[in-house]
Amino acid sequence: MKPKDDVGIKGYAGYVPKYRIAPKEVGDVWGKDGELMGRSLRINSKSVPSPDEDVVTISTQAAKWAMERAEIDSDEIDAIYVGSESHPYAVKPTATIVAASLAASPNLTAADYEFACKAGTAAFQTCMGLVSSGMIENGMAIGADTSQGAPGDALEFSAAAGGAAYLIGSENILARFNYTCSYTTDTPDFWRREGEKYPQHGGRFTGKPAYFKHITNCTNKLLKETGKEPGDYDYAVFHQPNGKFPMKAAKKMGFSKEQIEPGLLVTRIGNTYSGAVPLGLAATLDQAEPGDKILVTSYGSGAGSDSFDIVVTDNIEKVKEQSVPKIEEVISKEEFISYAKYAKFREKIHDGGA
Amino acid sequence: MPIPRFWREIKQRYKGIGSRCENCGKIYFPPRKICPECRRESFQKMEEYELEGKGEVVTYTKINEPHPEFEMLSPYIMAIVETEEGARLTGHLVDADIEDVEPGMKVEATMRKLGEESRDGLIYYGYKFWPLDR
Amino acid sequence: MTEVHNLRDVAIIGIGETQIGELWDKSLRELGIEAGLKALKYAGLHGDEVEKLYVGNMSAGKLINQEHVAPLIADYAGISEVPSTRIESGSASGGMALAEGYKAVASGMEDIVVVGGAEKMTDVGEQEAKDILSSTADQEWETVFGATFDSLYAMMARYHMDNHGTTKDQLAQVAVKNHANAAKNPNAQYPRETSKKFVKNAPMVADPLGMFDCAPISDGGAAVVLCPAERADSFDGDPVEIVSLGQGGDHMAVHERRDIGTMKATERAAKKAYKRASVKPQDIDFAEVHDNYTITEIMAIEDLGFFEKGEGGRATEEGKTELNSDISINTSGGLKAKGRPVGAVGLNQAVEAVLQLRGEAGERQVDQPGYGLIHNIGGTGASAIVHILRRWS
Repeated sequence: MKPKDDVGIKGYAGYVPKYRIAPKEVGDVWGKDGELMGRSLRINSKSVPSPDEDVVTISTQAAKWAMERAEIDSDEIDAIYVGSESHPYAVKPTATIVAASLAASPNLTAADYEFACKAGTAAFQTCMGLVSSGMIENGMAIGADTSQGAPGDALEFSAAAGGAAYLIGSENILARFNYTCSYTTDTPDFWRREGEKYPQHGGRFTGKPAYFKHITNCTNKLLKETGKEPGDYDYAVFHQPNGKFPMKAAKKMGFSKEQIEPGLLVTRIGNTYSGAVPLGLAATLDQAEPGDKILVTSYGSGAGSDSFDIVVTDNIEKVKEQSVPKIEEVISKEEFISYAKYAKFREKIHDGGA
Repeated sequence: MPIPRFWREIKQRYKGIGSRCENCGKIYFPPRKICPECRRESFQKMEEYELEGKGEVVTYTKINEPHPEFEMLSPYIMAIVETEEGARLTGHLVDADIEDVEPGMKVEATMRKLGEESRDGLIYYGYKFWPLDR
Repeated sequence: MTEVHNLRDVAIIGIGETQIGELWDKSLRELGIEAGLKALKYAGLHGDEVEKLYVGNMSAGKLINQEHVAPLIADYAGISEVPSTRIESGSASGGMALAEGYKAVASGMEDIVVVGGAEKMTDVGEQEAKDILSSTADQEWETVFGATFDSLYAMMARYHMDNHGTTKDQLAQVAVKNHANAAKNPNAQYPRETSKKFVKNAPMVADPLGMFDCAPISDGGAAVVLCPAERADSFDGDPVEIVSLGQGGDHMAVHERRDIGTMKATERAAKKAYKRASVKPQDIDFAEVHDNYTITEIMAIEDLGFFEKGEGGRATEEGKTELNSDISINTSGGLKAKGRPVGAVGLNQAVEAVLQLRGEAGERQVDQPGYGLIHNIGGTGASAIVHILRRWS
């Protein structure tokens, strides 16, 4: 899918809550070797939202900073799409609250997306389409999650919170979207039924027939359709449910550790679901130079992948002078907490009150 | 808090929209229809004014016995903040260590959940503050 | 301020109050009736002589889901035909009711007026009672953001400590003194002494205020009977005259006040009361001041002019506010130790002032007092009322 006209990123920013929990802390509660689990998943810590943080607040903070970076006013935003699998409401859009909090209301279109971990990149594609068709000037695409793992489940070691926001338009862009493509199937590797608090998953089925199949097929499709090779890119960002999967997928497809490392945040903040690829891309952009080429492939259970071919423009230089916090600044603020506090924060225990 | 009562103030709670007296220039938050300084001269001269969201701590406390709605956050820090525009407001200070809090500490507004009607009820969002150099 | 002319002098000829505390077997109407009947008996009057009843009550609507409480109390006192009105101004409801009673008599509208105050706080849980107290703060711009009533006073305390060097020891000393006084008051909720160490080591509620820096949740009632002073001679003993009153106001939200360590409403109320009575703070021998928290008493004794701003804590620590020292503050034990049946507080204070001025305060008697002052604050200080009293002769 090649955009008709110039479309790219005018501003971006990410936000990750400051609390962290280590795998050992989780393992100790459930009689598992947490350190070993952490090593095998390549997760040293995962982020935990404070009880007053959710997808709305994470999205709002990231979007606010993205606007500052793009140096545009709230009334210039024509669309807001928020991708998440942990929207605070089952019915009542996150995007309306984010729009109001940015003072972008009421003259814009807004909606929520859900596609497991790739809802954020689905929002990218929507904004790209609207911008390149000339229907809108600026669209805000956000991927954010505060995902939960059931107590004792393997997901408890990885399910984290964070998100990133992208202001997509055609003028004054920091990076251009040259191409995007998707790969979508019906693969039941991970789901959460309506009304249920915690997701279910197919264990090892989430690997080969799910993550790896979609990531590699989608990436290879993009390479084929654009006539490029892994070596043509300076950076690559893959969905990162843990630290192991993206490394393995990258290696298999011929990408180096150096290409993916700048965007590999999972080892420090855990799996931020819809926020993972947007945050990884943001961290990569933070250190990119004009002309750098970036390949991005997300993955959402259920299942599908979106790939993007991105080239960084000269405008990226201004990012270096801005006071908008870079991803490294955001995620280096961390406070480790106990499982007890984590259980309270994530409402695994509650006071039984209202 | 009943839905319309919260909804009515969304602009103020999300974006810090206060008011400015066109007569004397003083900025108020929450917005006022009458400037207490200019009184009748300010009638119909109070304009909407958006606060930047930056300010400093005037005074503060750490709450150990909260309202039940805030139990999950307990203990937490409340502060009176004077914004750069001179308006003062009361808010929760998040992501801060009580040991570091002191009058004059620079803070910035960020949006958080203020509470909820009930588990199946409306969620209330609004400003809280965090240290500027977190 | 308008000079008031041609007002009649007003005397208090009857007082009555209930025990204060967790009165599980008593309802609001019973508390009101008991206090009222005691006051009438004290004055040697009968119910059919009452021309008007004012009831100070803060929050019966939320505490017992009963509004319209003034006629309810009148009815169960057997005087349903008597006109009655409830007065509300947060925790200053009692003091404000007294002011209305004073005005009714002073103006010549009525001769015999009963002013009662009653609050039933323990029919709801302690937490709910505290939340209801919080409802006297700004709901939309303070409490919705997580501020509790305690925390708003805690911020005043922190501010006072930072700006005037007030210490936790000084705060604790307020509680120690008031408990010592309450130990001599049979109607007090906590008629026992406490120590500075005990107060300071109590669990923190909102830093720097601990559990024993806070007044309790209480049930109770109090009442006075007013009449024109010229008629007071026909009653037993020397009546007490309400020499003057002053009321003050301030911003509703604490954050709106430039100096959080001062209660302008108190300053404004006191200024008017002193001027109308032609007295100075130095002329006052004892005062019942609003001490819902220890810090509130320290601010009050400064804002009432007894001590310089910032000196209240030190003066307390030096014993200058103890019984029969420079000025006797809260001889009854105050809200802190005598108890806090919110809407009745202003009348509890009036009862204490009358006992002191008539020499009936027993073990806690102030030596031959000339003037007494009572001071009642609404909420976090958006309203305040001061009355100055003396023995009438």
